[in-house]
Amino acid sequence: MPATERKANALDWLDERTGWRMVRDLMDHKVVPIHAGTAWYYFGGITLFLIGVQLFTGILLLLYYRPTVAEAFDSVRFLMTRVEFGWLIRSIHSWSANLLIFCAFIHMFSVVFTHAYRRPRELTWLSGIALLGLMLGFGFSGYLLPWNQISYFATKVGTDMAGTMPVAGPTLARLLRGGEDVGAATLTRFFDFHVIILPLISFALIGLHVLLVQQHGMSTPGGIPATRLAQMKFFPNFFLRELMVWYGVLAVLGTLAAIFPWELGEKADPFASAPAGIRPEWYFLAEFYTLKLIPSHVWIIEGELLGLLGFGLLAAVWVLLPFWEVNRTKVATGVAVFLICYLAVFTFLGYVK
Amino acid sequence: MPATDASRTVSRDRRTVVSWLLGGGVAASLASFFYPVVRFLNPPPVSEASVNEVSAGKVQDLKPNSGKIVKFGNKPALLVRVNDTEWKAFSAVCTHLNCTVQYQEARREIWCACHNGTYDMSGRVTSGPPPKPLEELAVKIRGDEVVISRQA
Repeated sequence: MPATERKANALDWLDERTGWRMVRDLMDHKVVPIHAGTAWYYFGGITLFLIGVQLFTGILLLLYYRPTVAEAFDSVRFLMTRVEFGWLIRSIHSWSANLLIFCAFIHMFSVVFTHAYRRPRELTWLSGIALLGLMLGFGFSGYLLPWNQISYFATKVGTDMAGTMPVAGPTLARLLRGGEDVGAATLTRFFDFHVIILPLISFALIGLHVLLVQQHGMSTPGGIPATRLAQMKFFPNFFLRELMVWYGVLAVLGTLAAIFPWELGEKADPFASAPAGIRPEWYFLAEFYTLKLIPSHVWIIEGELLGLLGFGLLAAVWVLLPFWEVNRTKVATGVAVFLICYLAVFTFLGYVK
Repeated sequence: MPATDASRTVSRDRRTVVSWLLGGGVAASLASFFYPVVRFLNPPPVSEASVNEVSAGKVQDLKPNSGKIVKFGNKPALLVRVNDTEWKAFSAVCTHLNCTVQYQEARREIWCACHNGTYDMSGRVTSGPPPKPLEELAVKIRGDEVVISRQA
């Protein structure tokens, strides 16, 4: 029997038992519309790639990390100073986390400006927003794990903010901290959130999100039917382009990690004063700075609470975008521009002040 | 036509070169990504203070014909008081599969519970699977203190 025939037989055998050709057919038929905004399609894929990088480097970090108050800081220091390339793996994990959130934001705003959330893609939008929330949760919980001075106080502030929410606030803060204060129990919980709970929920949601994208195909700007646009095949044409972009992203990551290795700081000391210039990660900075500006009491409402209510209202408007936007395209674009300006200006102010 | 055949050969050669360059580049970059990962997996040596001598407690704390496990550096050692005056000490790590051995008072021998290996009071294997005798340690009595050390 010639080699090609043998190979065909083997593939038939496999297909009869697994039905893998169905997947191949799906891949064969998937197309990507070509237009001025095609480049925006890459950002979902970059975000997915960075999630893969996080998973991979996170598993590696777990080989040396010890999630207890007594050992966490020292184990990270050991990793950074004694383990070969430990500094590189940790720095890539930290840089990738930041790039990931940045790309997720770009992905989200590109979806808003091209109105890709519209019917029938409301659930794709909602699952994406939920994923962004999860990624912020990863950032918040992972920040504490090295148990250094900065992360300790950032977590105190962050969980305290959750505590000022009306009704459920105090309970939520206790649930997050595993007690009244940030301490050993908080570290255990945040470790659990970061490596088990959030990843499991994320896997399910990423699966749903990607499945919905397959279900509806790529959204096109202005609702032009995709069949009226030029197209390229997803496999291999678009996929190879995406791979090249991933290569570039990896190069950026490696460069950032090598030139600006992530610092470790000082070990957390619950009985030391908060260090000057303390601030959260940049993606919480706009909210952080807003809360700094609001006076302690506005009329009869507490300042913190007013800020949280404002954020809550804005978030609700944003999340429900596909449901109120119909025939209000300009309003939606206006809200998006306002949000970008607000985030950009307040993040900048939070950084320099 | 001969001309077409020639150009086809040339372009196929070029294609081979290009695909080797591309494949080689990808392979080399993958190697450079995974080299740090492989090195990362290898645990760095943790410096243990090498121990030559430890105190194993007071003479009166151990009855004649009994034994106890004491820490010798980061490994267990077995100290046995054979009778009023005679003391013995061994590495407590069974030479078979690293279990920790114990002193059997009734039979006056050293026994490993994992695979039923036994050693006599010189550390020699008397039955069971252990392939080598236990490493013997030196015991000195200083006043009422028992001191275990590596044999010179």
